[in-house]
Order: sequence, then C-alpha cells, then structure tokens
Amino acid sequence: MYVAVKGGEKAIRNAHRLLAKERRGDPDIAEISVPQIDGQLSLAVDRVMTEGSLYDRSLAALAIKQSRGDLIEAIFLVRAYRTTLPRFGGSEPIETGSMTVRRRISASFKDVPGGQLLGPTFDYTHRLIDFGLAAESECPAAELAPGPAETTVPSIASILGNEGLVETETDHNPSQPPGDVTSDALDFPAGRDLRLQALARGDEGFLLALGYSTQRGYARNHAFAGEIRVGTVTVEMFVEELGFTIAIGEITVTEVQMINQFKGSTTVPPQFTRGYGLSFGHCERKAMSMALVDRALRCRELDEDNVGAPAQDEEFVLSHCDNVQATGFVEHLKLPHYVDFQSELELVRRMRREVTERAGAQEAAE
Amino acid sequence: MSASSTAPRHDPAYNFAFLDEQTKRMIRRAILKAIAIPGYQVPFASREMPMPYGWGTGGVQVTAAILGPDDRLKVIDQGADDTTNAVSIREFFRRTAGVETTERTDKATIIQTRHRIPEMALRDDQVLVYQVPIPEPLRFLEPRETETRTMHALKEYGLMHVKLYEDIAMHGHIATTYAYPVKVAGRYITDPSPTPKFDNPKMNRMPALQLFGAGREKRIYAIPPYTDVVSLDFEDHPFTVQKWDQPCDLCGAEDTFLDEMLTDDQGGRLFICSDSDHCNRRQTAGHHGSMTQDAAE
Amino acid sequence: MTSLAPSMGFANPVFDSQQCFRAIMDAMARPGHILPLDGIAEPPAPLGPVAAAVAITLFDQDTPVWLDQSLAESPAVCGWLAFHSGARVIADFANARFAVVADPAQLPPITLFAVGSDRYPDRSTTLVLQVTALNDHGPRLTGPGIAGSARLGFEPLPPNFWDEITHNYALFPRGVDVILAGPQCLAALPRSTLAEAV
Repeated sequence: MYVAVKGGEKAIRNAHRLLAKERRGDPDIAEISVPQIDGQLSLAVDRVMTEGSLYDRSLAALAIKQSRGDLIEAIFLVRAYRTTLPRFGGSEPIETGSMTVRRRISASFKDVPGGQLLGPTFDYTHRLIDFGLAAESECPAAELAPGPAETTVPSIASILGNEGLVETETDHNPSQPPGDVTSDALDFPAGRDLRLQALARGDEGFLLALGYSTQRGYARNHAFAGEIRVGTVTVEMFVEELGFTIAIGEITVTEVQMINQFKGSTTVPPQFTRGYGLSFGHCERKAMSMALVDRALRCRELDEDNVGAPAQDEEFVLSHCDNVQATGFVEHLKLPHYVDFQSELELVRRMRREVTERAGAQEAAE
Repeated sequence: MSASSTAPRHDPAYNFAFLDEQTKRMIRRAILKAIAIPGYQVPFASREMPMPYGWGTGGVQVTAAILGPDDRLKVIDQGADDTTNAVSIREFFRRTAGVETTERTDKATIIQTRHRIPEMALRDDQVLVYQVPIPEPLRFLEPRETETRTMHALKEYGLMHVKLYEDIAMHGHIATTYAYPVKVAGRYITDPSPTPKFDNPKMNRMPALQLFGAGREKRIYAIPPYTDVVSLDFEDHPFTVQKWDQPCDLCGAEDTFLDEMLTDDQGGRLFICSDSDHCNRRQTAGHHGSMTQDAAE
Repeated sequence: MTSLAPSMGFANPVFDSQQCFRAIMDAMARPGHILPLDGIAEPPAPLGPVAAAVAITLFDQDTPVWLDQSLAESPAVCGWLAFHSGARVIADFANARFAVVADPAQLPPITLFAVGSDRYPDRSTTLVLQVTALNDHGPRLTGPGIAGSARLGFEPLPPNFWDEITHNYALFPRGVDVILAGPQCLAALPRSTLAEAV
C-alpha cells in the first residue's frame, strides 16, 4: 500500500544537523574564530556589513562563519537580525570631507592637495599566488609615509566646485527628511535618496555588471574617478533630551565620487556632474560601481537621452539589485510546485491528445 | 480590557509572533485598506523575515499581524500540512507565538496557504492567508509597476483579455492553468496567487475573509467575505476547471484536486488528493480508493 | 487635583491591541456587523473607550491624525494620544491618515478628507466616529463583506451623513473608510459599501 511522504519535521531537523557538521568541517583542524574572520577576511566582513546595512564587524564575521562563507547568506542573516533591532533615532549626515583617510586617490589630477595616498590596495600587486601564505608567515612591517597619512584632506569635488566646474550638491531640504527603503515600500520614480540607499544595499556583482555596461556604451557617461577615499568618520547624533549633538562612534567607509562630462542643458551651462558611491568598510569595487549606476540613473534629472540602457532604467535596477530578494525568489523554485505542475501537465496532455486526434481525423479523411 | 493570555507561551527572546508592535500596526493598517478596496494591492513596508523572500514572507507577516494567543493555526503548502515549508512555517509560529496548531481545516481559525484552497468549504469565522510570489496579475504582460498601476487606475484591462484570447487562437484553450486571473467585486483584476484554477470557484462569495501577502513585492490585498470573484473568460470559451479521469487512489474522492505520483519508471502512477487533511478524513470516515481497497481486502 | 500623567492605555498592549484589531478587521470585512469591544477603561473625556482603543491600536508616529474641535481642545486627550500612540495631531484634515470625531456636529463633509488617488486609493483617511448607539435600524447595506444585505444605524447622526456615504461610494476605488465607535462595540463602513434608504 502506498503511504504518502511524511516526516517533514524529522527530515528538516536532520538536515540542520548535517549542515552544522559540514560547517565545522574536519574536527581535527582548529575551528576558525570570529576575531580571525574579522581580522583576516576583513573585506568579506566589509561587504556583509554594507549589503546587510548594519555596521557591526563581529556580527558580520559571525554571520560569515555561520553561513560557511556564503556571503549572500551572511548578508541575509545580518538583515534578518537588523529588522528586530529597536530604532533609537537617526544620525546626522557623516562628514566625509573630514574623514581620517588611509587611502585616497584621484585619477583626474596628477597631484591634489593632501596628496595621493595608496594605502592598502591590491591595485599594483602582481596576481601571482603567494605560496608563502600557505604556511604561517611573518608579515613584513609596512613603512608609512610621514606627513599627510592618517589625516584629513579636502574633497576634490569641492575644489572643482569652487570654480563652478562641477555641479554643487544641494543639502537635503530639512523639512523633507530622506526616505527609508527599509521602512517604506519603494515607489517609482524614486528620489535620489531612495536610489542611493537601494544601491548601497545592492548586490556588488549586479552593480559591477551594470556599471561595466555603462562603460561599454549602454548609457556611456564618460566617468573619471574624481576621488576614492577610504578612512574613518565620526558618527554623530542629535539627542533631543540634551539639546545638542554627540559623537556616538567611528566607522570606516569608502566614498567614491565619479566625475562625468555633462554637455549642459537649456538652464545649466556645461559642467561636470557627479555619480556617488558609499559603502561601509573598504568596498571599493562596490562603491565605484554604485557611483557609475547612480550617475546613469540620473539621466532624467539631467535631461539626457534615455537610450533605454539597463543602467538607466530605475525600476529595473532598483527592483533587482537586492541580492537577498533575488536569491530568495530564485531559490524558491526549490519549494514544491506539484500542484501548479500538475495543472500544467493536465493541460499539456489534453492539448497533445487533441493534436493527435486532429491529425488522426485528417489522415482518415485523406 | 482583559487579554485572555498574559503569560508568554512563546519564545521570550522575541515579541509575540516575532514582529515588533510598530510593524504589526503598519501591516494592520494596510490590511484594513486592502479589505476596504477589494482586490487592490496595497503597498506596505514589508520587513526582512528570518526566512527567504519567496518562501512565504508575505503570508507570514500577515498571519503574524492578525494572530492572537487564542487562534488555532493551520499551515499548508500544495494542500498538505506535512510539506517541508509548511512544517517550517508552522514551527516558526509555534515557537514565536506559542499558538495551538492544527491540521484540521474545520478546527483552524487562521489557515495560511501556499498554492491551494482547502477542499472543505470555509466558514465566516475563519481567515485564509495566501502566500503570494507575484501579486500583480498584469506583470507577465507588462513588467513595469508604473505601467500596471496606471492600467489598474484606468481599469484598462484590454491587454489581459487579448492575452487570453491569443491563447485560444493558438492553442484552442486558455493556456493559464494556475494563478488564473480573477475580477474582484466587479473592479480590480487580481491574482489569486499560484493556486490551480481548480480552486478559483471557491473564492467566489467565500464566507471566510481572504488575505494575500506578498513580502518581496511588498503588497497586501484582500477579498472580503461574500464578495463576487469572477474568473476571466469569454462567452464562446467559458471558464472551466481541471478534471481527472479517475478518483483519488486513497479515498476515492471524485471532486478534488489530485497530485500525481510516479511509482516506478514503467509509467506506474497514483493519483492522490493534494488536500491531505480532506483525504485523511475521508479515509477515516470509511471511504476507499483503489490502493486502500487492496489493503482492506 | 487631577494627575498630570496620562491615564492608562491598554493593560497588556501586545494582546489587547491584537484583540482590538481583530474586532476592527472583522467589522471592516463585514459591514453592518456590530462587534463587541470593551475599549479603554478610563480614557480622557470626551474621547470614548472604544475610539481610544482604536486610536492606540492603529495610530503611531507614521500617521498624522486630525481631531475634531471637542477633542483637539482637550489637553488631556492630546496628551494621552501623544503618550500612547506618538501620533502627530494636524490641523489639515485633507492630509490626515486618521480622523477622530467625538461631536458629530463637527464632522466635515467626509469626502473632504483624503480620498486617495486612482493610482493610490489607499492613501486616504480612515474616520473614527464616536457614536452613542449602534443598531440595525438604518439604511440597507450591500457590497463586499455582506451576504445579501444588512442594515446599520447609529446615533447621533451627523447632518447629511448617509448622503455623503453615497457620494463616497461613488468615488470608489477612492474614498474614506469609517469606523463607528459605539458603547462597548464597533462597526465599520468601508468605501465599498452601498447604503440605500429603506
């Protein structure tokens, strides 16, 4: 006699046990610790914090450990945790102009006030596997340049802005506080505040591909890396009860200002415009991609031709950039769909039968 | 006002039913608007839930917002209580809300479902919560939210009829077998969620309140009790539902939606009620199908 | 001397607000049905117990609220609502997500509240109207949520109320939804309900 498949509960429990075992790996090898992940897989931690929208290094490191290094899974864990946290208030906008920089470069000028500061970068490494790392190795001491390192330097866009060569960003109207993609349903067209928030949380790979597509001619906007800076900024919050603003901590961020050619419009003379990217920690590729996509999405506001490129399509970009949403829906195809499939099966069988019958009838008639 | 239950029976690490009170209020407001505008998709600030988008986060949020300690919850997926995702969601509410759960359709006050409506007629003291992946019935004709919103506003549904008619011209049938679009209370074209069209007639003038939650797409919509729900069709091609050539192999039912099971690689098949509670109860009441008959003999 | 501290809200906010919401939801889903609800034990006058319960179940910092003069003039009412819901009281009723009316004579024509747009008909006001009696002596109601027909009446009746409900119905899918907060009971009139004199 046939017995319907039962025992979903037990199967799930056992699957979770297996998962825990796989996560741990070979028990004869030391377990990886959260501080090790935080310290030695720090760029993974930065990405998880950025796309998880929560600045908490050890929580992100823990999520990476729990997710066995699957970063989208780790981002999901952080996001789900984040929603349960009470909200005490909003911080003041961070002042990236007074960032204590540890990396700062401009591709637009050979030298800039404050200087070029390479900092820790893969840029000029030769991508040769370092077999020395296979064994535990001594780390050579890095020699830091004397002078401007670990200090504040003026933003390049603001220098150009003084000449009117680059558009001035206007401060947000205080009577219209910025929206919040985490607490309101997005509706289109979205303001730049909401766009930037969605992009900041967006998947690095998705934004990288879109940014790349703008360079290859799908809404090309002649971008120059005006400035890339990585460093620490102070987060401040206005406390109602005190009546003044207090510093609540320091965070590391990466800020990218792309400078793009702009032919001008009927009301604005030719000048450079900006695309903006910001991430938690050191996520340079992400912040650069974000800046390219931000600029492409501004086509309507700047009265440029909308050539129908994917990167210009606000609804397309914002509806698909979130990897937690995307992975959920793609992976939901693993869930049972017996009922829908059965419905389709019934129709396809019926239609095939009809086709065969028609063919048979035709044959008989001939 | 006195609540019937004050001592938490749920995991004290979380608020009752997981969501914080402000989120519940936001969802509750959306539910009320959804009920007042039958079939219209109300945008809501869907939260990130501790389960993936596309796996029932919308239904879970709706259930969490309406659920009380005295409710009895039933969760089904594909009509069955024992499918893995139904088990997982039921466990989530057992842990975070401590509510009683049941597999009995008639005992449940709230039924959360994915892809089926129970075979048994629901009552007016029950709420049916659907998990919805794509709430916009026009989405497959027009991917843009900005466009479909205008189409709904202007009641411009010609495109949908054209699509259905093209099916007839090409295949001789309307080739939509699940998520078959309906018109609610004579106004909005609405997605019934990916239930088979077999279930569409049950939605019409159903005594139970029907609530639909789409978490990833951030929409809630509703069909109040006793509301007209019409499956779109044409005079010369009236709406029909699926039929099987044979009864359920376990309970002998001839009027239920059947799942097909492959029993071997020689074409062996069984057809069994997708609604496991309905099938079990029919068997308990002495009904037999071909498989159970063999066993009885 | 009266205490300056706002009086009690729900004894058990999580469960009491859930219970209150289910009553509101059932009322909205079944126009004409009168649902029992105790409400808040001692709300500041002239706010009634049921209207007070509805208010703190549904209002918060995201919902600007308009109050009729009798309520807006009471510091106790404003203080209580602010304390228990955090909702902002606004003077412009056309932008209110909710409106509470304790004195029916002060009810503005209801379609002057926010009725939403054809694209977003949900961006509309929900009106909470305090009444002293709910009964089945009023007009005949038909529409979604009603098996056949129902009848609903209440007192005191604001001037032209049923005519305005008819006008509101004609705006569908735009429109205002009404919650009638009675003594230990409530009922609702969503915009989808057609009311006809018997």
